[in-house]
Amino acid sequence: MRPILLSGHERALTQVKYNRDGDLIFSTAKDQHICAWYAHNGERLGTYHGHVGAIWSVDVDPTCTLLASGSADNTLRLWEVETGKLLHTWEFPTAVKRVEFSFDGSKVLGVTEKRMGHLGSIVVFDVDLDPKAEQTDERSLTIICDESKATVAGWSYLSKYIIAGHEDGSVSQYDAKTGDLLDNVPVHELNQPITDLQWDSDRYTFITASKDKTAKLISARNLDVLKTYPSDTPLNSAAITPNKDFVILGGGQAAMDVTTTAARQGKFEARFYHKIFEEEVGRVRGHFGPLNTIASDPTGKGYCSGGEDGYVRVHHFDAGYFNFYYEVERERMNKLAAEGASKK
Amino acid sequence: MVPPPAATFEHLRDADLDEDDWDEDEIDISDLREKYEVQLEQGYDCFVAIDGLPEVTEEQKPKLLKFLLKKLKTVGRTTEELVWMPMGENGKSLRFAFVEYSSPGEAAAAVRQLHGQPLDKKHTLLVNKLTDVDRYGREGRIDEEYTPPTIEPFEDQEHLRSFLADPSGRGRDQFIMYRNESVGVFWNNDRDTPENIVDRQHWTEMFVQWSPLGTYLVSVHQQGVQLWGGPSWSRQRRFPHDFVNLVAFSPTERYLVTWSARPIAIPEHGNHPAFTIDDDGKNYVIWDIETSSPIRSFANIDGPDDDNKRKLPWPAFKWSADDKYVARLIQGQSISVYELPGMGLLGKTAIKVEGVQDFEWAPSTPKRDSVKQYEQLLCYWTPEIGSNPAKVGLMSIPSKQVVRTLNLFSVSDAKLHWQSEANYLCVKVDRHSKSKKSQATTLEIFRVKEKGVPVEVVDSIKDTVINFAWEPKGDRFVIISTSEPTPATAGAPPKTSVSFFCPEKIKGPIAGNFKHLRTLDKKNSNAIYWSPKGRFVVIASIHNQQSSDLEFYDVDYEGEKPESDKDLTANLQLMNQAEHYGVTDIEWDPSGRYVASWASVWKHSMENGYHLYDFRGEVLREEPIEKFKQWVWRPRPQTLLTKEEQKSVRKNLREYSRVFEQEDAERGASADLAVVEARRRMLEEYVSFRESMDEDAEEEKLELGLPDDIVAELLAAKQLPTNEDDEQVIEEIVEEVLEEHEEVQQ
Repeated sequence: MRPILLSGHERALTQVKYNRDGDLIFSTAKDQHICAWYAHNGERLGTYHGHVGAIWSVDVDPTCTLLASGSADNTLRLWEVETGKLLHTWEFPTAVKRVEFSFDGSKVLGVTEKRMGHLGSIVVFDVDLDPKAEQTDERSLTIICDESKATVAGWSYLSKYIIAGHEDGSVSQYDAKTGDLLDNVPVHELNQPITDLQWDSDRYTFITASKDKTAKLISARNLDVLKTYPSDTPLNSAAITPNKDFVILGGGQAAMDVTTTAARQGKFEARFYHKIFEEEVGRVRGHFGPLNTIASDPTGKGYCSGGEDGYVRVHHFDAGYFNFYYEVERERMNKLAAEGASKK
Repeated sequence: MVPPPAATFEHLRDADLDEDDWDEDEIDISDLREKYEVQLEQGYDCFVAIDGLPEVTEEQKPKLLKFLLKKLKTVGRTTEELVWMPMGENGKSLRFAFVEYSSPGEAAAAVRQLHGQPLDKKHTLLVNKLTDVDRYGREGRIDEEYTPPTIEPFEDQEHLRSFLADPSGRGRDQFIMYRNESVGVFWNNDRDTPENIVDRQHWTEMFVQWSPLGTYLVSVHQQGVQLWGGPSWSRQRRFPHDFVNLVAFSPTERYLVTWSARPIAIPEHGNHPAFTIDDDGKNYVIWDIETSSPIRSFANIDGPDDDNKRKLPWPAFKWSADDKYVARLIQGQSISVYELPGMGLLGKTAIKVEGVQDFEWAPSTPKRDSVKQYEQLLCYWTPEIGSNPAKVGLMSIPSKQVVRTLNLFSVSDAKLHWQSEANYLCVKVDRHSKSKKSQATTLEIFRVKEKGVPVEVVDSIKDTVINFAWEPKGDRFVIISTSEPTPATAGAPPKTSVSFFCPEKIKGPIAGNFKHLRTLDKKNSNAIYWSPKGRFVVIASIHNQQSSDLEFYDVDYEGEKPESDKDLTANLQLMNQAEHYGVTDIEWDPSGRYVASWASVWKHSMENGYHLYDFRGEVLREEPIEKFKQWVWRPRPQTLLTKEEQKSVRKNLREYSRVFEQEDAERGASADLAVVEARRRMLEEYVSFRESMDEDAEEEKLELGLPDDIVAELLAAKQLPTNEDDEQVIEEIVEEVLEEHEEVQQ
C-alpha cells in the first residue's frame, strides 16, 4: 500500500513512537517541536511547543495520558497528550538523549549526555499519571555510566531491569530498583555505538541497532544474544513487529558521508528480517536520507519510519505481509490447530 | 607511611656482590674466538691459488701461461713473473699455479669472477685465496681420511598438486579471496557459500597471486617473496629480496623474477642470505625456484630522459613459452636474450634493433610450415626513423634470423597481440593521417603457421581501436573502438563500439580470410574477457562510475544463424546482461565455467565485494564484503589426458552429465532438507525460550503482587472521572473491504 508521507518537520527526524493503541504517532525532530499524528490517515493532531533545542527522544505512557520528551536544551519535559499542556520540566546539565516510560507508566527514565565534564547518566523519576497532579523533582534513581556513556536505555518486563546500550557497543543490565550494575556484555563490535534499543511487546527481549551494521536480538533476563541480523550499512534503528515474527532495521550511510558517495550508495531502505530465522525477507524504499528511527505499530498493522530527509513515512501492511509464513511456521500452526481441535 | 628501604650500599646483600665471584679465565670462549677472529694481514692477501689447469710440459708452459694471463688480467693487474707454476719431478706441471695481484681487492675479484669459469672445453678454473687455502687446508683442519658426506634420509614432500583432487569429487576450482587483512582460499560452491580451505590473517603484506600452473600461492612481504602450497599450506620456498614490489613467474614455474624499486644494498663485510657483493645496486633478480637461489641480477635501465620518468614496463623480463629463453628490451636499442639455465647472453651479444619499441614472445612453441628445427619466435616493432618506414619483425630464436618483416607508414603506435597457440600474430597499428589530425587503426594479421607467413590486413575500421583480444585457442577476435579516445567531458565514459571478427568458411586446413561479423554501437564497454576455453566472451565496462555492465556472448550459438552470416565461422548471440556497480576486475575460472567480478578497495571504496556468474551470465552469488581486495582463481596445469581421451570424454559428455546432474539434484535436495531442519530447530528453540520467559515473568508477577493486566486497570482508572463529565458520542466510520474481484472487459 502507498505510504502516508508526514511532512510536518523541517529537519531530520530523531524518533517516532506509536501509542499503545496504535492510533497515534508522535514524532520528534531537530526542529524543536513534537508532532502528534493520526496513524490511519496521517492528519496532524497537534504539536507540543516549549523545547528550545533539538528534541532527541519522545515516549508516551501506556494510557496515552502523558508524553515525555528529552531535548538538547538540557530538559526532560512532561506534557499532557490531549491538550498539549507542558506539565513539568526537569533540568539537567547536559542534553537528554533518550526517554522511556516503564511498562506501567509509573516511572520515566532519561539518558543524559556526557559533556563538559559531566559523565553520562541514566536518571529515573516517579510519575503520577494524573495530569493534574504535582510531579516530583526528586530523582528516584541515578545511574552514572563511567565506563562508556549510555546512548539508549529502557525498562525490561515488570520494570525488573534497566537495560542500556553504550557507545562502546556493549549493553548493560542494571537492577531497576537499586541501580546496581548486574552485567555488561560487549555484544557489538568494539567502539561501534549502539544507536537504538526497542522492546518486544512483552519486554522479554530487545533489539539493538549498531553502527557496526548489525542488529541483535537479546534476552533481557541474561543478556544472551539470541539472534543477529547482519546488514550492509550502519544502522540507526531497529524495531520488533508484534504478532508476526519480523524485525525492521533502518539506517544508511551516515549523513555526513552521503555527499562523498554516489546516490545509490545510501541504502536508505527499511529492511525486514525474519526474527527467528535471521533471513532478510524484504525491503521498503522511499526515504532519500538515512532512516534515523523506526517504530512498529503495537497492534501489528503497520510501521512508520523517520528519516534524515525530514519525512515520516507511515506504512500499513498489505495482505501479503499477514499471509507470509515459512513452511515450518505453517507446519507448527497446523499442528497447534490440530491439537486444539482434538482437545475440544 | 614508611618508604621501602632504598638499595643503599649498606643494604646490599651478599648475593648482589656475587656477580664477580667467578674467574674470567675459566670461561671457554675458544669457539667464539674462532668465529669472530679478525683476519690479520698475513702478507698473502694478494695471492690466489688456481687449480684445475691442464698438465703441461716445460715447452708448453709459456703458451699456457700466456693464455691464462689473458684471463687473469680481466680482473686485475699481474704479470708473467708473478705467476708461479710449479713443475713436478717428471717434468710435467702439477696442474696448479699461484698468482700475485697488485692489490688484495683484485685477488678477491679474481676469486669471485674466475672461480668456476671454463678455461677451455675440458678444464674449469678453481680459484681460491691463498689465505683461505692456508686457513682451511692447514694441517689438522682436514681429516686425512675421507668421510663421505652424510646424506639425509629422504623426507616425503607434500603433494603440491593435491588441489586438483576435489574431495567432493565435483572438480571444483579453488580461488583466493583477499579481504581486509586476511587471505582465504576457498572451493567454489556455485550458488552456495564458498567452502573455506584455509584462512590466515596477514598472510601477505601487499598482494597475493598464484604461480602460473597453480602450484604455489605467492605472498609478498617487505623481506621478500614466499611460496606456499601442498595440503597443509606450508611454506615451500623463500626468496629474500628486500622491499620487493613485483613478482613474475616463467610459464612453466621453473624461474621467478622479482623486482624492487630500491636497489639491493649489501652491507659492507656483511653477509646477505642470498646475494653477494655483485648483486649490490641491482633491482631485478632471476631465481631458480627448485633451489630458491638467485641466478642473476640486473639493474634498472635508466630511461633516455630522467626528468620524464617513464613507467617501468612489467614484466620487464619476458619468457619464451618453454622457459628456455628470457629477454629484456632496451628501448630504442636492442633486445637482450638470455639462455637458461645459465642466464648467459645468447650468442654473447644483445640483438641490436634500432629504435625497437616493444617485443613479445610467441606464447607457445610455434609450428611453422616446413620448419623442422627447434625454434621460438619473437616479434618486435620499430617506429619510423627519418625516411625509413616503421617495421614489424618476426625473429626466430636461437638462430636470430628475421623470418618476416613488414613495413608500415604513418604509424603513431603499435601493439602486438599473439594468439594463444602462436597461430596468428595481430599487430594493431594506430595510424594518423598526414595532417596528424585524425586517427584510425588497421590490424595486420600474420598467419604464422602458413608458408612464408602471409600478412592479412583488416583496414575497414574507421575509429581508434582501444582494446583487442583473440579467442584463446581459436581464430576469432573482438575489438573495441572509439571515435573519441579522450572523452569530451572528463569522467564520462567514452562511447565505444564492439566488433566481432571471424574467418570465412573455406575448404582446406587453413582458415579463411578474416571477416567482420557484427558491430554493436553506442556502448560504454572497455574490456574483453574471453573464456579460457574459447567460444564465450564477456564484454564489460570496468573502472567506470556511470556504467558497470557485463554482457555475455556466445560466438557459436546453436540456434538459428542469420542468412548474412552463413559463410562465416561464427554465430553471435547475446546470452545475458548483468550489472555490477563499481566493478574493477573480472576473471574467468580456469575451467571456463564461472566468471567472478569484483570491486576492489584498492581502486575505490564503494560497494566492495564480488559477484559470481556462470558462463551464461546468470548471477549465482552476490556478496558485499568490507575492504574486499582481490579474487584470484587458482590456475590449473595442462590436462594429462591425451587428445584421444579428451575426444572420447567429449563424445560421451551426455553420459557424464547425466550422472553429475543427478548428483547435483540430490545434493540440492539434501541441502534444502538441512535448511528446513535448521529452521524447525530454530523455531522450536525460540518457542521454548518464550515459554520459559513466560513462566519466569508469571512467577515474579505473583511475587510482586502485580495484577495480571496492569495497563487495563490503569485505563479503567483513567476512564472513571471522565464518565462524570458530559458524555461525548464519537462516531467512527470503519470501512472494510469485504470482497475484491477483477473483471476483464472484452
